[in-house]
Amino acid sequence: MSPLDLLVATPLGFMLAALAFGGQGRWLILVASPLMMSLAVWLVFLPPDAAHVVGGWDLPLGILLRGDGVARVFVLGAALCAALVGLQALYEFSPQSGGPSARNRGFWPLFYLMWAGANAGFLTTDLFNLYVALEMVSLAGVGLSALGSLQAALRYFLFALMGSLAYLLGVALLFANYGTVDITLLARTAEADAATLMALAVMTGGLLVKSALFPLHGWLPPAHAAAPAPASALLSAIVVKLGFVILMRLWFEAFATLAAPIAVGLLGALGAAAVIYGSIQAMRQRQLKALVAYSTVAQVGYLFVAFPLVAAAPSAAWSGMTLHAVAHMLAKAAMFLAAGLMLKAAPGRDIADLVGLARVMPVTVTAFALAAISLMGLPPSGGFAAKFMLLDAALDQGAYIYAAVLLGGGLMAAVYLFRPIAVAFSGAHGRAVALKAPLAAVAPLALAMCAIALGFFGVAFAELAAIGAPWAQGDAIGGVP
Amino acid sequence: MLVEGGHVFAVTGAVLAGLGFYSFLVKRHPIRQLLAANVVGAGVFLMLGGLGRSPGGADPFAQALVITGIVIAVALSALGAAMVVRLAACGDKDEAPLGEKREGP
Amino acid sequence: MSAAFDILLCLMILATAGIALFVRGAFAAIAFFIAFGNLLGLAWLALGAVNVALAEIAVGAGVTGVALILACSRLFELGDNLADVRTPLASRLGSAALCLGFTVMLAGVVLTIPPGDRLSKVVAPLLPGLGIENPVTGVLLAFRGYDTLLETFVLLGALVAAWSLTPDASRRLPPTTMVMTDPTSRIVAEAFTRLLAPAALIIAAYLVWVGSDLPGGAFQAGAVLAGALVVATLGGVVVLPRLDSLAARIALMVGPLTFLAIGLAGAALGGRFLAYPDGLEKTLIVTIEYALAISIAAGLALLAIGPPQPMPNNARADAR
Repeated sequence: MSPLDLLVATPLGFMLAALAFGGQGRWLILVASPLMMSLAVWLVFLPPDAAHVVGGWDLPLGILLRGDGVARVFVLGAALCAALVGLQALYEFSPQSGGPSARNRGFWPLFYLMWAGANAGFLTTDLFNLYVALEMVSLAGVGLSALGSLQAALRYFLFALMGSLAYLLGVALLFANYGTVDITLLARTAEADAATLMALAVMTGGLLVKSALFPLHGWLPPAHAAAPAPASALLSAIVVKLGFVILMRLWFEAFATLAAPIAVGLLGALGAAAVIYGSIQAMRQRQLKALVAYSTVAQVGYLFVAFPLVAAAPSAAWSGMTLHAVAHMLAKAAMFLAAGLMLKAAPGRDIADLVGLARVMPVTVTAFALAAISLMGLPPSGGFAAKFMLLDAALDQGAYIYAAVLLGGGLMAAVYLFRPIAVAFSGAHGRAVALKAPLAAVAPLALAMCAIALGFFGVAFAELAAIGAPWAQGDAIGGVP
Repeated sequence: MLVEGGHVFAVTGAVLAGLGFYSFLVKRHPIRQLLAANVVGAGVFLMLGGLGRSPGGADPFAQALVITGIVIAVALSALGAAMVVRLAACGDKDEAPLGEKREGP
Repeated sequence: MSAAFDILLCLMILATAGIALFVRGAFAAIAFFIAFGNLLGLAWLALGAVNVALAEIAVGAGVTGVALILACSRLFELGDNLADVRTPLASRLGSAALCLGFTVMLAGVVLTIPPGDRLSKVVAPLLPGLGIENPVTGVLLAFRGYDTLLETFVLLGALVAAWSLTPDASRRLPPTTMVMTDPTSRIVAEAFTRLLAPAALIIAAYLVWVGSDLPGGAFQAGAVLAGALVVATLGGVVVLPRLDSLAARIALMVGPLTFLAIGLAGAALGGRFLAYPDGLEKTLIVTIEYALAISIAAGLALLAIGPPQPMPNNARADAR
């Protein structure tokens, strides 16, 4: 038994159990959350070279599961998010919530499917297995967002479908060309021939749709804004990250030697554009959840701004990039959960309706504010530590434009996130009504505090994320000085 | 560059992918887009099959990938069709019964 | 198979695909899509991939076709005539240029890759250890069993996602809403079902059994059974259970559950996750395949028929 298998098999088992128990299946989360957290912690403490092929079938035929640093931090981050979001969903999707029973029941199997798919994707090195994992996560994501707005979910579905097919096309080309779809084998044999470059291009295009990088982000804001709060939290925290992790594996491991600086630069430029565009859009939103959703568009941008920095000096920017992704997971999950609770208490969906909320639900508003601190990149927080590492790398490399984007993005985040907080703290007599569930604020507060606490463990995190990193193994990321 | 038997099917697959992609971009009805996506998928599979052709038979690994892919494609297509029908049945006011809005704006 | 046949077949595939994609009427489009799927099946036969040919015809053309036809007829009933909104000429030209460039590049790239068998030399020596002869079954159930396991959960997840869309009002309805009302077609469907159902059962059981040595297997068998279920349902002979009924849940879960349990048992017995103990390989693989075939049949049939529709006229149709 190894957590590499159990992290996938366990949530699949819970998915079946949730289906079997029907209406009572929601209580399973009380077992699933601690169990999955312990498995994730077990993974973190595995020996550094933890890896094995499923069923004992060797490469190139079989599938290699590997607990490298990236897998460890993403599985742990996803476990924290999913465990706490799941507890919150217990309240959100209870029969007393007033929603249709199909919605309340449908959430749980999709939730576990997403969790299993995300873990499967983080742990595997097989590109076709990643396709299946990607479909598990996308399917669950579409199903979860359909619990909110069907129209937005359908749009998301069609985008995701084409994204998957583009990715699959690349996998097919690679298999035909190399007779393997394993990242570790490709890293050894890949050459810059036409088929490989075409495969890398179409896979990247498909995955950019999945991770919603500007200008392919169109599906994200409506889907994430309209879904029920726990679903939005999972979509922004976890679903978007899987596409990003696959891109990391492609560009910095499988094809590290082929990644042309100009292509990496293009990704960085799109990332910078995403930061600016997403921030401006977030500033212009009237509704609270739309603002939070556009903030995801901006925050995804940072991950790609880090691409050229990692390509140039992997050891410096690697930890900043992964830390940023995990800090965003925690902070954004916290923020969506808090926003969901705030909107339940507020008389409307607009930011203007939040007047006086800080008085009515201080804990929830505090959670929102703490999450905002991490997203803005203010100290002390995971977001700050990540931005500091990235900024350091950018200045070291003389990449002043990226440094300016990192700083300017933080400033813009401060502007758009300060607005709802200021409104919530203003006004003595808003029309807000307190919720009758004081415990509901525990999950967003815990997630936000995790995002803050991450700032104190920057060094430990960097060590963890560097386990088995491609650039740390002898031949560094190819060619680039 | 030698054109071999399998290439006929592989190139057909490539053209199918291109045709499907075009249809996906210019058709607006989601059912037609679903159809287009299915054609793209079929093209990708045919490409894989054509390039896996040898005198001794087809590559078993590629065949298994294609079978897995076909089942995933049908699952997604059926979900997409169900979503389109449901959306048509409840019109554009789908957020009212399902969303978390408690009170009207 | 001669090269001329291959080229003719490919031209027909391209032609049917083109019509399916661009014909005006939605039903015509789907009809051509099904024809396209069947021709693809022929192409897979020509490629020597009988396993895929069976899956493509049964699942790719059959089940997908039924799901799309039912969706279209429901949309027509709802007043959506699937009319095509013409996109502006400029955007059509732009898309055409983009796709033409993409196709030319892709075709060029494809021609640089020599066709050939990549892994059968790796697969073949491992098959005797499993006690089976069909290499595709070996790949699906053993070497890449993990993919297949995850994929069965994708199927289940799609079903759950589709059903979570049903509003409370129509939850009590069975998923059948398109029962044939015309008496003649009902008689035909009923007679057809009476003949078809036992035949389909036998064919499915046979496909699983031979699947370990000859082309066939759980997916093909499941699709055949699903097809029989769909015809029987549309003919009004069978009423499919609701997703939350006990029967449906058992049928849907038995496959994934058996697969997962055998996988975990392998790990618990000191081996690895999804490793089969020595000597039991074929027994376990066939067990998993029978269980999977049941779940795939139930899953594909429920997916093709679709979740219950919240329309008053359907309630009447169900009550007859």
